[in-house]
Amino acid sequence: MNQPRRLKEPYYKSLISKMIFIFIAVSFAPLFIVSGTILNQFSISYKEKSDAHLGELVLKHRQNIDGFLMEKLNNIRFMAKFFSIEELNKKGVLRNNLDALKTEYGSVFEDLGLINEQGIQTTYAGPFKLENARYSDSEWFIKAISNDYFISDVFLGLRGTPHFIITVRLKSDGKPWILRATINFAAFNSLVENLRIGKTGFAFILNNMGEFQSKPVFEIDHEKINSFYKLIQEGRKTKEGLFFSEMADDSGRENLYVASLIKNGDWILIYQQDKSDAFADLTHAKKMAIFIILLGGIVIIITAFFLSKWMVTRIALADREKELMNQQVIETGKLASLGELAAGIAHEINNPVAIMVEEAGWVRDIMEDEKFSNKENKDEIERALTQIKTQGKRCREITQKLLSFARKTDTSKEDVRINELIKDVIGFCAQRAKFSNVVIVSKLQENLPVMRLSHTEIQQVLLNLMSNALDSLEKRGGNITLSSALEDNEVVISVEDDGPGIPRSNLGRIFDPFFTTKPVGKGTGLGLSICYGIVKEMGGEITVRSVIDAGTTFHVRLPCTKNN
Amino acid sequence: MKMVNVLLVDDEIPFLETMTKRLAKREFITASASGASEAIKLIEKNSDIEVVILDVKMPEMDGLSALKIIRQRFPLVEVIMLTGHATIESAIEGMKHGAFDYLMKPCDMDQLVSKVREAAMKKRRHDEKILEAELKKITTSRI
Repeated sequence: MNQPRRLKEPYYKSLISKMIFIFIAVSFAPLFIVSGTILNQFSISYKEKSDAHLGELVLKHRQNIDGFLMEKLNNIRFMAKFFSIEELNKKGVLRNNLDALKTEYGSVFEDLGLINEQGIQTTYAGPFKLENARYSDSEWFIKAISNDYFISDVFLGLRGTPHFIITVRLKSDGKPWILRATINFAAFNSLVENLRIGKTGFAFILNNMGEFQSKPVFEIDHEKINSFYKLIQEGRKTKEGLFFSEMADDSGRENLYVASLIKNGDWILIYQQDKSDAFADLTHAKKMAIFIILLGGIVIIITAFFLSKWMVTRIALADREKELMNQQVIETGKLASLGELAAGIAHEINNPVAIMVEEAGWVRDIMEDEKFSNKENKDEIERALTQIKTQGKRCREITQKLLSFARKTDTSKEDVRINELIKDVIGFCAQRAKFSNVVIVSKLQENLPVMRLSHTEIQQVLLNLMSNALDSLEKRGGNITLSSALEDNEVVISVEDDGPGIPRSNLGRIFDPFFTTKPVGKGTGLGLSICYGIVKEMGGEITVRSVIDAGTTFHVRLPCTKNN
Repeated sequence: MKMVNVLLVDDEIPFLETMTKRLAKREFITASASGASEAIKLIEKNSDIEVVILDVKMPEMDGLSALKIIRQRFPLVEVIMLTGHATIESAIEGMKHGAFDYLMKPCDMDQLVSKVREAAMKKRRHDEKILEAELKKITTSRI
């Protein structure tokens, strides 16, 4: 069965699937754990850094705004200390001070005014006509008259433009006066406007009532404003007084908020940024990491697939070899069992057959002394006796081969001199060769290495080959050449006869057990099979070359290993 | 040729009886034993025995052990091994221990007769050589 077809078997298909799954699981698990951990740590670290940076920025702007307000308040407080009510009530004094402040701070200070107890602005220096303007009902006046100093929220007031005022309460003859300065909204607003990060990050200020105290760069849904206070309450508070929280807008976009109370808690500075913008770099890094993991995953899957298939192919091949080996072991076991059985039978049969043959011979001996009146009967008895003898001989040959096949040879290794072994074998076969009119010639190479082999086994191989050669020449006689040579670190023993040769169609099968071309009763088909097994076991090789009517040559190649 | 004195040793009694009769018919002086011990006793008693046809596989004492004893105690007696399970090993082993030859059951009577005669001739040549050597020794000592 070829390998691709074998891999379609359910067992191997299942094995491939399992191996792919295991490969992927084993590869992906550490990849996910390590990547996940690193990514998570990186995210946490990045967010901490980002929060720290935002916090620092908001803190700095809080200080700037508070510093701005305090500085302007101190300017007015200084003026209130330095000048008396009488002096301040002089229009020229206020004008001079306003000019001086404008010289120092530019357009931050819009105007100055002095307001009496009744809320009437007695003196005014500025661009508007606000002399004798009445503020007694104004909310800021009520607060200003009851506090030493006061910074109002942003409001439109009488001039109709957004501004806020800084007031300082003075006293003259027991009566309170209010020195007031108007702060230009645009100048103040620029402080907040400058707080910009990324594409969507901006800041704005709200008062306690949720009214804007600065102009937000982007439009903010008014309904959301109240929820900012809730965010501050629920958000994470740092020891520097910063509040961190997150909230989604109507479009579902997540926003990041950092807030801080300013102006003694009257106002709240809020920084807002789209989360995707705030963590754009982190998102980019995450995308890159996911892309790399995906790419790695694809490589792992492809590798797992091909590697599993390759490994299962190897396993299938090994299994096939194992199956073949098992079959061989079974076959060998069968042959061994058969051999043992045959040996038992051969031994038990040989003795009774010998008795039968001898008895037949004895009958023939007796017949020689008898005078038969009927010649036909005598001939018939002689024919029968000849047949008994012939068949007895046949039995002997069969049992001899069976015994030879089954016997346990001495496999212990010893030093063997091949040339001496060949001479012994020639000696054993000399008598039979003489009867068959066969001439045995030896061509032996001198100084062959001494081989470390089982003497009995290699002798059996050569005797079997000689026996076959003699069989092939039995009828017509001929020559057998036994030679030895050293070729490519191998000792080559050749048994060559000039007999009838082996047909090409039989050459491929002559080493198969029980294959024989000899007439029925002449051969068992085990001799060459035994030779093949022995030579293979020795790590050698036995080959045959035969030409019809020219002869057959068997080559036995034995490697000269370290042991030799 | 002077009649050859043969001892047949085999535990298969029918085989032993028939073989004895057949050899006797071919003008051999025969004796038989059904076991190795009996055979050794017979050789001890009958010094005319020249050739022993010895079965390899016997229950009491196997042929190879008997061969070793015979070769040791009666070195001039020739032994032909006869076996129902001839193998190269047992044959070589027998030859190593001085057997004249070996034959496998069922054996060809002509072949057996031929082997026995060859063995007997060998034995007689040995005897003659020994005799000559002794005569020479006696002659030399007298001179």
